Amino acid sequence: MGHPWIPNSVESVRREMLEIIGVGSVDDLYSDIPESLRIKPEEWDKLPIGFGRVLSEVEIARHMEEIFSKIESYRGPAPFMGGGVWPHHVPEAVKYVVSRGEFLTAYTPYQAEISQGLMQALFEYQSLIAELLEMEVVNGSMYDWSSALGEALLMAIRVSSRRKFLVPETMNPRHRKVAETYIWPHDGRLVSVKVDRRTGLLDLNDLESKVDSETAAVYIEYPAYTGVLEENASLIGDIAHRRGALYIMGVEPISMAILEPPGRLGADIAVGEGQPLGLGLNYGGPYLGILAVKWDGELVRQMPGRIIGLTSTVDGKDKAFAMILQTREQHIRRARATSNITTNEALMAVTAAVYLSLLGRDGLVELAKHIWYKSHYAAKKLSSIEGIKAPLLEGEFIMDFTVRLPLETGKFRSFLKSRKIMAGVPLEGLAWFTSRDLLLTVTEVHTKNDIDRLVEVAEECIRGV
Amino acid sequence: MQGYRQAVWEEPLIFELGLKGRRGFKIPELEREIVDSIGEFRLPESVARREPPELPSLSEVEVVRHFTRLSQTSYGVDLGPVPLGSCTMKYNPKIALKYAFNDRLSSLHPLQDDDTVQGLLELLYRLERWLEAVTGMDYCSIHPAAGAQGELAGGLVIRKYHELRGNLEVKKEIIVPDSAHGTNPATGTMAGFKVVEVPTGEDGNIDIEALRSTVGEGTAGFMITNPSTLGLFEERILDIIEIIHSVDGLVYYDGANLNGIMGRARPGDAGVDILHLNLHKTFSAPHGGGGPGAGPICVKDRIVAGSVKLRDLVPGFKIVYEESTGKYMLEGPGQYSVGLLRAWIGNVSQLVWAYVYIAMMGAEGLREAGEISVINTNYFLAKIKRETKMYTVPYGRDRHRKHESVISAEKLRDETGVTAEDVAKGLLDSGFYAPTVYFPLIVEEALMVEFTESETRENIDAYVNRLKVIEEIALKDPGEPKKWPLNTSVSRIDYVKANHPKTVTPTWRVKVLRDKGLLGPLK
Repeated sequence: MGHPWIPNSVESVRREMLEIIGVGSVDDLYSDIPESLRIKPEEWDKLPIGFGRVLSEVEIARHMEEIFSKIESYRGPAPFMGGGVWPHHVPEAVKYVVSRGEFLTAYTPYQAEISQGLMQALFEYQSLIAELLEMEVVNGSMYDWSSALGEALLMAIRVSSRRKFLVPETMNPRHRKVAETYIWPHDGRLVSVKVDRRTGLLDLNDLESKVDSETAAVYIEYPAYTGVLEENASLIGDIAHRRGALYIMGVEPISMAILEPPGRLGADIAVGEGQPLGLGLNYGGPYLGILAVKWDGELVRQMPGRIIGLTSTVDGKDKAFAMILQTREQHIRRARATSNITTNEALMAVTAAVYLSLLGRDGLVELAKHIWYKSHYAAKKLSSIEGIKAPLLEGEFIMDFTVRLPLETGKFRSFLKSRKIMAGVPLEGLAWFTSRDLLLTVTEVHTKNDIDRLVEVAEECIRGV
Repeated sequence: MQGYRQAVWEEPLIFELGLKGRRGFKIPELEREIVDSIGEFRLPESVARREPPELPSLSEVEVVRHFTRLSQTSYGVDLGPVPLGSCTMKYNPKIALKYAFNDRLSSLHPLQDDDTVQGLLELLYRLERWLEAVTGMDYCSIHPAAGAQGELAGGLVIRKYHELRGNLEVKKEIIVPDSAHGTNPATGTMAGFKVVEVPTGEDGNIDIEALRSTVGEGTAGFMITNPSTLGLFEERILDIIEIIHSVDGLVYYDGANLNGIMGRARPGDAGVDILHLNLHKTFSAPHGGGGPGAGPICVKDRIVAGSVKLRDLVPGFKIVYEESTGKYMLEGPGQYSVGLLRAWIGNVSQLVWAYVYIAMMGAEGLREAGEISVINTNYFLAKIKRETKMYTVPYGRDRHRKHESVISAEKLRDETGVTAEDVAKGLLDSGFYAPTVYFPLIVEEALMVEFTESETRENIDAYVNRLKVIEEIALKDPGEPKKWPLNTSVSRIDYVKANHPKTVTPTWRVKVLRDKGLLGPLK
């Protein structure tokens, strides 16, 4: 009996094909495998893979329902949680477009002439991000913000032959861990720069004292992991450049609609997380690493990953797209490639392009302001509760903000969870933060009622202490 | 295959469409009380954006039409065969789409408490155990985002292994065969090693004498793809592993070509220490036009030092099942782990996709998939040998292939000037995607073909027929193929202009600035 996904599994077809090959049985096609390694079909079929037999759609549907029933889904608000990825609404038109098989089931566009639409969509992704960041060159995607950062640091090592990186002591701890993993084989090291405990801004004196001729790059987050907007972003770039260090900025793209972009603040390289641009949370991925550089050949030639370029057909008649500057890449340069990346997050880049096109210039600015208002409203309301300081850091913020509670975050979060609210990422272990410090997040998916309910439950929790 | 004409839309760039004031999505209105409570919108002057970003303004219908038109000038497995060698472009079953990309999964934050996502952790845990059974390895982790990241994970584990054994000062080299995927040598460099290549012999196996003379005290590890990129099983795999192990080197297995032995042999049984899998190849997750992927890393329980095993070195989070409570928990990375390669657990949508696929196939279905992919390859090759004159089969001509085969258009080029690239364009014109061309590098005018088990016999026959027709045209009128493709949305592309420092255009922004005279050549 034929398997629905294996058209030639029909016994007669299989037999005829084997005859044309000139072998008696399929076993003969495996005869070059050393006998001690060969597994007999009846032994293989007993291995604990799947559920012991081929399942139908009817059966898998039952099974998956059971799996999903063991995932708690609250009717209440989306999690008040950020920390590098954030809950946002994904427009239906985005989901519709990117589920089309012509995109979903395509490979990397090695054959350009038959893949122009995909390449145009990727070029538009690069171009939309370029406008958002005001940086000239954007690659076709990295895995996520953290791995984009790791690659940016490796770029800086190759460009400068220096190995020290200055980073804020409050930087996203998971990004920090990834960055350390990427630079470890190349003797790179991260050195923390102090952050002001009152404002959450980088301590410029400490930065000045640490930037030296060994410094490959200075990195800041913008907005910071704590939600704080680094007011001295431009000055920090100047300090880095005076010592010959590169300036790398890590960004959240929606807030770029209202923030002065990295390209205007002196950034040489920008990285960031494209997840807010219509990707959903998906418990960890797939996400979208943004990587952009300014118009500088030395940096561009050190970029990792694919880049789609606009060109024309050989006859000059039509606009056309092609993978460009490929001599940086592993399939050409092998051991001397700028990175080993090949499969990236192309479909997520197309997703971001559709999202940015839908929201457009006005929509994105409006969304960023909307989030600014709501996060400020939540902080203000929470701060009216006796014992809560919100925001804990006084610098201007958007979307994420720090909160100091009068009790341990664990107790607070459990209490809220018992009221069907998931809230906050604990900050303990990061820089000077304590076990009573929480990172809270509010976006457009949280209504005023959701926020009021959060505040109400928080009050109830604290009164009960 | 019937005739083919791809859509031609001459679709403008998104920046050239729309009209100021239009929008494709309504942002919810802010409640009056919020605005009253907070007052004016304000930002510190130094970071307030002066000019809004130059994004286009389109209505929803315009956006949907634009991208739907672009989809019509793209090509995926849902349209026809994509027999790219080493890419294993299987059919992506639609049932998996329902579970991999859905609103419930999409709403789950990676920092949610473990007790709220037990079903998902159970699924991911089970997937890891299934992959262990498929490969014969002791521990698999779903952390890496793609195959290359799985390779990097492996390279770093090799580094850590030697570091913990106090040998990193000596262990400086990674060896790869000259037929390896480009990611292998690139990974060696990224993991901080010097990369040394060993040649392939005439029979398609690694030149074992060359390997012996290359291997030494400095050998940190060896990366092997088996079946190789020639589609050939490395017959002396056991000897090779022994040679590498004899100098305390680790053997890394690139799982890109696992389909070729799935159901018949397992890399873990051969004694490889570390491997990665490509769930977007062997386990049917879609490739999305270049990603996302998922590239789990698997290791054997080789002792590193004391009680530390290779599994303790693997990057990422560990899913732990506690039998007494029946609960799943996320832990780590532990103290010996090389760390994290991305901020979160894994590319969960792709993992769910692969889970659905494996659950529905079971061991038996996977074996059948592997077998039919091998039958399809050898059937194609038998027909090529029998029915064509100008395509040759380099390396081990009479050996059976596994999941893929490499044929050469060298003879065709020498006699007619028609190259592998021309052949590829001729295939596009009949509505087929082309094979991987000019790879592996050890084959002149290479066409690397992998049909997978998803292709029908009729399509394989049609593919061979088309190759025959191309050969005939090349012999009769060698100028003709240089004009191909004719049936795709555009004809051949100007790569000189695409890459020249004065004309290279990676973004619309570059075009606009250059047109205004504000941007010089890329120096």
